[in-house]
Amino acid sequence: MAEYTEQNEYRKQRGPFAEVMHRLSRSPLAMFGLAFIMLLVFCAVFANWLAPYPFAKQNLLHMFELPSSKYLLGTDEFGRDILSRLIYGARVSLQVGFIAVGISLVVGGLLGAFAGFYGGWLDNLIMRVMDVLLAVPQTLLAIAIAAALGPGLYNLMIAVGISAVPNYARIVRGSVLSIRGMEYVEAARAVGSSDLRIILRHIIPNSMAPIIVQSTLGVASAILNAAGLSFIGLGIQPPNPEWGAMLSGGRQYIRDFPHLTLYPGLAIMLTILALNFLGDGLRDALDPKLKR
Amino acid sequence: MLRYIFRRVLFLIPVLVGVAFCVFLLLYLTPGDPAKMVLGDLATEQAIQEFREKEGLNDPFWIRFGKYVYKAVVKGDIGRSYSSKTPVMDELLAAFPATIKLSGFAMFIAVIIGIPCGIISAIKQYSIFDTVTMIFAMIGLSMPVFWLGLLLILLFSVHLRWLPSSGFDTFKAMILPSFALSAQAISMVTRMTRSSMLEVIRADYIRTVRAKGQTERVVIWGHALHNALIPVVTIVGLQFGHLLCGAMLTESIFAVPGVGRLMVTSIMARDYPMVQGAVLFVATAFSFVNLLVDILYAYVDPRIKAQYK
Repeated sequence: MAEYTEQNEYRKQRGPFAEVMHRLSRSPLAMFGLAFIMLLVFCAVFANWLAPYPFAKQNLLHMFELPSSKYLLGTDEFGRDILSRLIYGARVSLQVGFIAVGISLVVGGLLGAFAGFYGGWLDNLIMRVMDVLLAVPQTLLAIAIAAALGPGLYNLMIAVGISAVPNYARIVRGSVLSIRGMEYVEAARAVGSSDLRIILRHIIPNSMAPIIVQSTLGVASAILNAAGLSFIGLGIQPPNPEWGAMLSGGRQYIRDFPHLTLYPGLAIMLTILALNFLGDGLRDALDPKLKR
Repeated sequence: MLRYIFRRVLFLIPVLVGVAFCVFLLLYLTPGDPAKMVLGDLATEQAIQEFREKEGLNDPFWIRFGKYVYKAVVKGDIGRSYSSKTPVMDELLAAFPATIKLSGFAMFIAVIIGIPCGIISAIKQYSIFDTVTMIFAMIGLSMPVFWLGLLLILLFSVHLRWLPSSGFDTFKAMILPSFALSAQAISMVTRMTRSSMLEVIRADYIRTVRAKGQTERVVIWGHALHNALIPVVTIVGLQFGHLLCGAMLTESIFAVPGVGRLMVTSIMARDYPMVQGAVLFVATAFSFVNLLVDILYAYVDPRIKAQYK
């Protein structure tokens, strides 16, 4: 794809990345998503400087305070600043989202690539195992794994990551299968390229588009799943700030102090919304068949 | 057609055994001794050994798994709860109606709202209605079900005092949980109906119908809709499975006495046989729903039926 754009003289020269970004920039919703995610990453990285208070600092004289100039989003049941906890929570949520997707991408991607490339009994074996895992709804699988591993940040990442493996295995296998039959793969084989070279140089670069889209949407569902697990007490343990756990903690005070549950929920929703918009935008931008 | 159904049912067996194996393996690997969980920290070493012997906890893994599957298939016995001492199957069967009612009601809401919205969005593509619907659908997809549930409680039971915030015995009590649960399904059904309808509207046979001079109403209702709804059937089925799962969080929030709440409380209590049983139960229900969907799919799509004539 890259060679093609470089040789095409009639067109302004753009690399594949710039081309996608250019098409992405035409969708306002996708740009909103991208901007919001960048803001979150910024918050997560510089949480130490941005947060007005340490996330676990209790102030029992200022419990359940409503939003004010001192505590911008109010304080929770231990007098902890909600804004600071949300900012640190971005760190946890993004970590869980990206690392969980990383786990499912590596495990699922490798399984799918092997299954698709070599076919035969290996393909059969891997995909039948995936079928069994797909028979369990993803959230349920994550809950089962998290229940078995016990609570904690790393266990949460593993549970959410492993539960999504079959999705990635299927997508990667599908695109590898469709690319394996292409003429340029045959050509590469004819000039004597090794399997490894074919996989690395031809198959992976050409199967990136659906994987990028799936991963963006996957981060969203990973964050959502992780928040759900924390909500029922299977994820991050207090006093660590995690949005789902904050929601769950504020839940019993909802009648009198709804701000304890409103802001963490809003943070989760906006993050998922941003990632979904970005994923949808990327799907359109990466699909060369969709001409506008 | 019968051959197709037979093959699908046959395929269910290895899947269910596989699921049972995964669930069993996961909880086998779980740290912590169930004997100590049941008898408490103060139990004597002898009492613990007796319990382990009685429950077969000392047997090798494969023997335990074999016994588990054998009992499940032959007697429908999937163990006893550690905390309440009643058979797991009885508790699950007692809790299942509430879950089925909740997911069924949520699915019904999703279908009656989602399909019309999707159709109108597709017919009037790029109109205000389309844009607003699509943005709402995206918000619905991004809304964590537990947060939506809390917001609904806040608005309808705390502020307006219209609907109860917990329980599931009256129709009024069913409204909030069902709506909270259906948000994601509504969005999925709307998006799927819209994209499938858009695809069908551009198909050649629709152009042919238009060229014949048929009215727009006949084009949409008589020709496009039937074809557009075929993929929607799949999504509805898949969503039903996800609803069974999403019901777990919804049930805990609204205190609905269903399988999900049972599972969450048993996870907290480390009641392994109960968790095992509940996961297996929901996975089985999910597989059966998928089976029904596949059969229904073959029924509404003559192209699949033709393959198995």
